[in-house]
Amino acid sequence: MIFIILLIVMAVLLLAAAIYSIVNRDLLFAVMGTGIVSVILSLFFYLLQAPDVALTEAAMGIALTTIIFIITIRNTTRDENEIIDKEEEMKMKTDKES
Amino acid sequence: MKQVFIIILLIIIGYFLANTFVEIPFGGNRIGNVESNETVAGYYLSNTAKKTGVANVITAIVVNYRGLDTLGEVTVLFLATTGLASILYRRKEEEEDTERLNLPSSRIMRSGVRVLFPAIVLLGIYVFIHGHLTPGGGFQGGTIVATGFLLMLISYKGFNTDHNRMVWIESLAGLSFVGIGIWGLLSGNTFLENTTNIGVVNSLISGGLIPIIYIVVGFKVAVELTGILDILLKIKPKK
Repeated sequence: MIFIILLIVMAVLLLAAAIYSIVNRDLLFAVMGTGIVSVILSLFFYLLQAPDVALTEAAMGIALTTIIFIITIRNTTRDENEIIDKEEEMKMKTDKES
Repeated sequence: MKQVFIIILLIIIGYFLANTFVEIPFGGNRIGNVESNETVAGYYLSNTAKKTGVANVITAIVVNYRGLDTLGEVTVLFLATTGLASILYRRKEEEEDTERLNLPSSRIMRSGVRVLFPAIVLLGIYVFIHGHLTPGGGFQGGTIVATGFLLMLISYKGFNTDHNRMVWIESLAGLSFVGIGIWGLLSGNTFLENTTNIGVVNSLISGGLIPIIYIVVGFKVAVELTGILDILLKIKPKK
């Protein structure tokens, strides 16, 4: 019973973190959200008796994917609105040309 | 118009996915009877320890039963690293400054990393040496080692990886994986056949060639991921 309650709480947290990382306009916080998703997912794999997959998820999802996203943010921009503005600008330009 | 098209496409994909998953009953015992070898999972669970001498069934499947698949996976990783390096090498030539970091990291970070680095690398090496006994293996262990090197790379400016040595380790690891596979062919069996003495189950030296292959894979993955991170950290941010 406790196990099932734990799983349900973890699933809710997982969904909350995922939605947070989609909705957030600050990309650094969004990346942190995906990191939290990976942490909970790794715990899920461990509790459901797949320690091999849990190790992979812990090493790849939490550490490496997050750091690669952070490096990308450092090299581009942190604000998602800026990206959307730029895309719209590009669209306007192409519309005018055509 | 575009969005309508996307929604129609999603509905089609969803329909066929649902069609597939409806057939599989929720819950229930899908492994089957372990003793009678009726299902694939039952066969693996009952025969792995006897036939390969490996305690961790997943390692036996990944390295032995599906060994060729793992070779393909390692090749994919190698190609990804090579592609990334060749794209970013041109950028490196264009920009003279290849300084890794703009700001030096704090003293707390540096002291902490100096303590943690040997422990993380040791854990990674443990994971891939004991791949046939405990959960984990070459891929996981290699990734953990790369994480340790990442911490060193972001906290110390003077810490540099020796590129020539890394290329040598990577090439030797890849060649020895293929060499072990061809050794199976030369001794009159199939590619990657486990030909040597399998030893006693649950001891460190057991499983014949499986631990050797996983150690080789661990070295290869660790070196490749460290190389990727090193390249990525050297890109100069555009202002």
